[in-house]
Amino acid sequence: MSILLDKKTRVVVQGITGGEGSYHTRQMIEYGTNVVAGVTPGKGSQKFEDTNIPIFNTLTEAVKETKADASAIFVPPAFAADAILEAASSGIKLIVCITEGIPARDMVTVYNSIKGKDVRLIGPNCPGIISPGKAKIGIMPGFIHKQGKIGVVSRSGTLTYEAVKQLTDLGIGQSTCVGIGGDPVIGSRFIDVIKLFNEDAGTEGVIMIGEIGGSAEEEAATFIKKNVKKPVVGFIAGRTAPPGRRMGHAGAIISGGKGTAAEKMEAMRKAGIHVVESPAEIGSTMKKALDKIKNQKVVKSKKTVASKKPVKKIVKKSAPVKNAVKKSKKK
Amino acid sequence: MKIHEFQAKELLKKFGVPVQDGVAIKDLSEFDSAIAGLQSRGINQYVVKSQIHAGGRGKGKLYNPLNGNELVLEGGVKFTTSAEKAKEYASKMLGNLLITHQTGPEGKIVKTLFITEGLDYKKELYLGILLDRAVSKNVIMASTEGGVEIEKVAAETPEKILKVWVEPAVGLQGFQARELAFGLGLEGAAFKSFVGFIQKLYKAYEATDSSLLEINPLIVTNDDRIVALDAKMNFDDNALYRHPEISAYRDLDEEEPLEIEASKHNLNYIKLDGNVGCMVNGAGLAMATMDIIKLAGGEPANFLDVGGSANKETVANGFKIILADPNVKAVLINIFGGIVRCDRVAQGVIDAVKEVHVAVPVVIRLEGTNAELAKEMLENSGLNFEVAMTLHDAAHKVTSVLQMESVA
Repeated sequence: MSILLDKKTRVVVQGITGGEGSYHTRQMIEYGTNVVAGVTPGKGSQKFEDTNIPIFNTLTEAVKETKADASAIFVPPAFAADAILEAASSGIKLIVCITEGIPARDMVTVYNSIKGKDVRLIGPNCPGIISPGKAKIGIMPGFIHKQGKIGVVSRSGTLTYEAVKQLTDLGIGQSTCVGIGGDPVIGSRFIDVIKLFNEDAGTEGVIMIGEIGGSAEEEAATFIKKNVKKPVVGFIAGRTAPPGRRMGHAGAIISGGKGTAAEKMEAMRKAGIHVVESPAEIGSTMKKALDKIKNQKVVKSKKTVASKKPVKKIVKKSAPVKNAVKKSKKK
Repeated sequence: MKIHEFQAKELLKKFGVPVQDGVAIKDLSEFDSAIAGLQSRGINQYVVKSQIHAGGRGKGKLYNPLNGNELVLEGGVKFTTSAEKAKEYASKMLGNLLITHQTGPEGKIVKTLFITEGLDYKKELYLGILLDRAVSKNVIMASTEGGVEIEKVAAETPEKILKVWVEPAVGLQGFQARELAFGLGLEGAAFKSFVGFIQKLYKAYEATDSSLLEINPLIVTNDDRIVALDAKMNFDDNALYRHPEISAYRDLDEEEPLEIEASKHNLNYIKLDGNVGCMVNGAGLAMATMDIIKLAGGEPANFLDVGGSANKETVANGFKIILADPNVKAVLINIFGGIVRCDRVAQGVIDAVKEVHVAVPVVIRLEGTNAELAKEMLENSGLNFEVAMTLHDAAHKVTSVLQMESVA
């Protein structure tokens, strides 16, 4: 199983004729994504390269004609907020915004305007979503993934690939991997995605990869402590980052002494999350956690097998007593 | 991006925000005309303020770097009623090293002074506007505890910080401004003045794509006016493209020269104090690689995200910048190829190393498409590479390289 995205998801690409948009659309199609339409204002009624995928001027048209239900946004930062709002108003249910560098003020407006509506935004400034073996919306390399039962959620791009590769190399597949993005204002946070993984019967464990800045990891840790029984392995990047500096991602900044890696790791540990010190140990730690559960299950089933026999014996032995009771009742 | 106090006040004035006004000078020869300008407006008490991109100026100390760092003045912000005394302060600040709790021991050379009016006031308040990431809305924080570090107030007496969150669709409302004014215990003319002040200030915050706007202290003058005595503004780098007037405020003297050089090549570089340089693609992986260096027994010398295309040019520029830091004893390259092919990255690294003289050991780890081929290319290049296949392996190789260095 997977969350958010599978082979049936009907994807429209906003900015399909741009350099990034066209390149990654080809990659997505090759991976098996059901790309049904593209949007580039002014290029309506064309087809995408040598495919039969129609291009529309507006998203409303694209949704009406192709019944697209998810969108991938590859438009430049100055126009991305507009693209998200266009997607939200045209009935798209899942918006994945890859664009990096959108002004925070634009995202504050967008976030609050779509909040409470029946639409989910992933990103911006993220690698996207992949349900291995099924489909991907985004820019991640498909081949490092393997279909399976671990959910991955992360604020990072290449660090997520690193974790995924570690899992795949150990033979552990992924149900869905979600890059939620490195910006201070993002559509979906750890808690939103972890809720989905928790409800998904096909996901048996979760890897969360956080960073310095903000308090989304702490928020997720509180939720996990209360609600999640599946094993969760966590890592926080940026333990050696100095305060007050933006470490690449606009959201990765320790401000006013808040949002440090140490704080986040502590909150996660308290929530029962397997926190790894080294990013090289994300995969192996998940393997250990899974093996432990497997062993517990084996021990449990052995116990039940072992305990069944004596129960039977007791039943046999107690048979006369039962009769005695019956007799006494008759009296 | 950060700007100076005098620049922030210049911006705020455009939005009608009352500020403690003054004249910025870069040389002592400009002092007399600055004072004359203030005097012509009937001002007879002055404040001389050092302009550096760091807080704690008032409690900082000035040292003369040309004279064995001799202490010349206590306090980087000085009040006086005497124009002569003001000039003396100015001469002791300009060109000297100001060390505050925020600059670190290396301090900052004072290159600009802000000569301002001195105001008599009866109350110091705090006002700050920033993005509250937990709710994705801007929050205005106000406190009666002005003039001290707000982090301290937040930690010790959080009930003394008032907060209102602004709904982006409708903006700051009158009732919210009044809520803050009442909460701060303001009355009469000061109350009215504050309500107008905060509305203009919020407008300035939004219109300039500010990421932090802090007025500390905000003062209530003896005649009940609300005035910004200090002003700190940071801006969202992502929005600078629509504010050329703010980009023009960038002060390169306040930035690390290597960081300026890196930004010219579109490299995202931050200089740190360690001994192991690193070059990585992606911000998260770059931070994780720094963490790995620390776990391996080293200290990261930098953060460097070379972005999506790790070609010969970006790698060569990356090397030049990393190696310009004399503390660097080893370099770790960690590229997760993904869609970029590792053999191309390897060729880029080989060409770059041949072009730039690299005298320190280089541990290199390439992962992704054609990683095996890349490994072969690096090992057969005749260059001094330690090739690692996994992140784990890379960490070990950094440790062993550092041990060899310390033995040598």
